[in-house]
Amino acid sequence: MRTIDVRVLTDATARLLVDANYRIPPDILSALRAAALAEESDIGRQTLAHLVRNYEVAEAEQLPVCQDSGVTVVLLETGQDVHWTGGSIEQAIFAGIRQGTSNGYLRMSVVGDPLARPTPAGSPPGVIHYEIVDGEGVRLTVASKGFGAENMSALRMFAPADGSGAVKDFVVETVDRAGANACPPVIVGVGVGGTFEKAALLAKKAVLRPIDQRHPRAETAALEAELLKRINDLGVGPQGLGGTVTALAVNVEVYPTHIAGLPVAVNIGCHSNRRTSVAL
Amino acid sequence: MPTLIECWPVLEDRTSLALTAGEAVSVSGELITIRDATANRLLDIAASGRPLPVDLAGRVLYAVGPSPAKPGQIVGSAGPTTIERLIAYLPFLFRSGLRGVVAKGELHGDIVSAFRDAGAVYLAAIGGLGALLGKQVVAAEIVAFPELGPEALQKFTVRDFPAVVIIDRHGGNFHETARARWRRSQSR
Repeated sequence: MRTIDVRVLTDATARLLVDANYRIPPDILSALRAAALAEESDIGRQTLAHLVRNYEVAEAEQLPVCQDSGVTVVLLETGQDVHWTGGSIEQAIFAGIRQGTSNGYLRMSVVGDPLARPTPAGSPPGVIHYEIVDGEGVRLTVASKGFGAENMSALRMFAPADGSGAVKDFVVETVDRAGANACPPVIVGVGVGGTFEKAALLAKKAVLRPIDQRHPRAETAALEAELLKRINDLGVGPQGLGGTVTALAVNVEVYPTHIAGLPVAVNIGCHSNRRTSVAL
Repeated sequence: MPTLIECWPVLEDRTSLALTAGEAVSVSGELITIRDATANRLLDIAASGRPLPVDLAGRVLYAVGPSPAKPGQIVGSAGPTTIERLIAYLPFLFRSGLRGVVAKGELHGDIVSAFRDAGAVYLAAIGGLGALLGKQVVAAEIVAFPELGPEALQKFTVRDFPAVVIIDRHGGNFHETARARWRRSQSR
């Protein structure tokens, strides 16, 4: 049994949130640099070069890479042998989001009431997902999900007879429809299987997976490669200005599902896809 | 090299008529910031018959909700937001004299001809270029709705602000032509 004070979560969340907004993940920056050479359209290459420069300047000068610091999405994976003390885990993480937003000069982009739109004091400033894992380990992941890309995400419940062809078409069509709005080149997270909400969560975890890691299952990795090729054949290009780099990566996660179902969720990440993760 | 265009504070007809979809531009002048909540306030004011807090005749809007300025900064990060969410407000803004919008994302369908009918252009800035674009804002002044925070209506003075002409005044829509040009037939 390991005992941890929840204040550790406040400090770590605040720090990771600021880090994520000032410095994009190194795997994504590498991919953008490579894309700035590989892109075939002139305007696309220039656009990618601007983006790389933006990320270099943001890191050097400690500025938010984008004014939309998004909805903060926190994934807490906590070992079943960890005992949390000192207060509420949820409130500790929320306090960390508020601190990071304020300390980092990030825009608070969350409204408390999605219909009436105002924000009562104390309303949740982000979204938390929890996972119980074996042992005493803890991993905290903090992502900033901008809504240009989030708004273009989609979920559909297919029938088994629709098969993999329909699933692939749905993923490609979702990115095509997203076009420039999602801030391409995008990172595409796909969740296949489970239930309605499990597919969405799989897609979120997929979009947050490093983009230099292919899925360990060969057939899923092959699906990722096929989808990436088809998406880059769409011609959307950087910022929808036309070109050969529409997505930097397609990450797919799969899970068992019902004999009657085939849920598919597509979560789109913009080219910064801000995320940081730490073991506590 | 980008075409230099100026709006001090209006975008002149002879300037906007010369623009072609796909052309890179560099904007200097005054832009009025707008977002969902800002546009909604303007619409409410107009509906009640009161004058708008800023005269939009000939002006160019910038769809942006900047992040807070750090000490020593004029504005924080300040890249464009998605224009699609403003479609509901554009006809009213055109009637108020608007002649240009700087934003990001695509427009299709009837709204494209509404731009032409209004004699307005749509210029796309690069989404996610917030740190760099914030540096092109050399002065900022809140004109109305300070209570809206990042959605307050501000007057931005920009210098050499980079953008691409998407919808010109001659029926061009660059996102459509560019995507069609680069699309490869899908291998299934």
